[in-house]
Amino acid sequence: MVTFEVEDHDGNRQSIEAPDDMGLSLMEVLKASEYPVLATCGGMALCATCHVEVLEGKDGLGEATDVELDQLEALPEMFDTSRLACQIRISEELEGAVFKLRGEEN
Amino acid sequence: MITTDICIIGAGPVGLFTVFEAGLLKMRCHLIDALPQVGGQLSEIYPQKPIYDIPGYPEVKAQDLVDNLMKQIEPFNPTFSLGERVDHLTKQDDGSYVVTTSDKTKVHAQVIVIAGGLGCFEPRKPVLENLENFEGKGITYMVKDPEQFRGKKVILAGGGDSALDWTIFLSDVAEKVTLVHRNETFRGAPDSAAKVFDLANNGKIDLILSSNLTKISGNGHLQSVTMKNKAKEELVVDTDYLIPLFGLSPKLGPIADWGLNIDKNAIEVDTTDYSTNVERIYAVGDINTYENKLKLILCGFHEAALMCHSAFKYVYPDQKLSFKYTTVNGVNSF
Repeated sequence: MVTFEVEDHDGNRQSIEAPDDMGLSLMEVLKASEYPVLATCGGMALCATCHVEVLEGKDGLGEATDVELDQLEALPEMFDTSRLACQIRISEELEGAVFKLRGEEN
Repeated sequence: MITTDICIIGAGPVGLFTVFEAGLLKMRCHLIDALPQVGGQLSEIYPQKPIYDIPGYPEVKAQDLVDNLMKQIEPFNPTFSLGERVDHLTKQDDGSYVVTTSDKTKVHAQVIVIAGGLGCFEPRKPVLENLENFEGKGITYMVKDPEQFRGKKVILAGGGDSALDWTIFLSDVAEKVTLVHRNETFRGAPDSAAKVFDLANNGKIDLILSSNLTKISGNGHLQSVTMKNKAKEELVVDTDYLIPLFGLSPKLGPIADWGLNIDKNAIEVDTTDYSTNVERIYAVGDINTYENKLKLILCGFHEAALMCHSAFKYVYPDQKLSFKYTTVNGVNSF
């Protein structure tokens, strides 16, 4: 299991514990945790509605792919720490990370 | 006015299959979709993606599935209004409805079926104070008629293919074109990006990179846009138009105002027939919600079949529905 924090649109932070051996994406864990993540395309990096900002722990995530960057760049708002939750796999590298929801609410 | 039995809002896979199920019960269908082609998400977002959970197809490309659905509904001669968004719904004295689209097309139907998937794709808007006040007064999110910009000062914002393509096109139409992009490079088509840099180098357009829009100003109509670069330096550019091109995002649109019970952007339905809380209005596919809902195309197909059997009573109030298998006499006998 891995533990990380999620900050919602209102600035509230909550600790999330997720299994790191099931191949889940951060988007899937956020949806399962009842966060209002739209995730329109279902995880194919085609819609950018699961946009998150990595407030802490960015170094452990690796680089975003071109496909992911294409989507992020299409958004009106993008940060140096922006990622798509659907492209982040839950792994031990996420331990202690902090994500802020930036995508459109469901 | 178009007259039909069932007006289907949304021409995605579930909307298309609804035509088939309705056709088996001799109910005519008219489909309306905001996109210019049928197929919904499948055609618009991922036409070449393989789908693996359609019965009978170990693997099928999204666009191939759409093409096959179109072939499957051909015998029932559905009619279409594509590239039009449904705006109004007016109930008639006899319980039927008249639907009016953004292009003022009117469709009279006994039953309305919302198969809108994720909803209409609407432009993503930049976060700017007073943005709504300037919409239609200098701010527009798409280029419908390029002649609107002839001889005008235009600022485009964005870094994708749309921003690049329209910058290139409008450089020959507008008096002055400015493209604002938050980064120093473009991820759109390399050829288009190269053309934009050439236009900037030749003084045909102004290219403002590493900058974000921060403020819009004007007196009744847009007059200037303020942008800020990474060094926090502000630049004010006079303009007649601002065209933010930040892609599309799905929204429920006017459907949200029809008195339907809605939960988290989805329409609540009765799972016995996928009817909504409003009589003669049904919702099938990804746009509906109920306990244990699965957003799968095959679930939408099932919902469409049950919905059509329920809708029959409104189209043929004096007839008793007798269920038939297509294996007995084929499709043409229905």
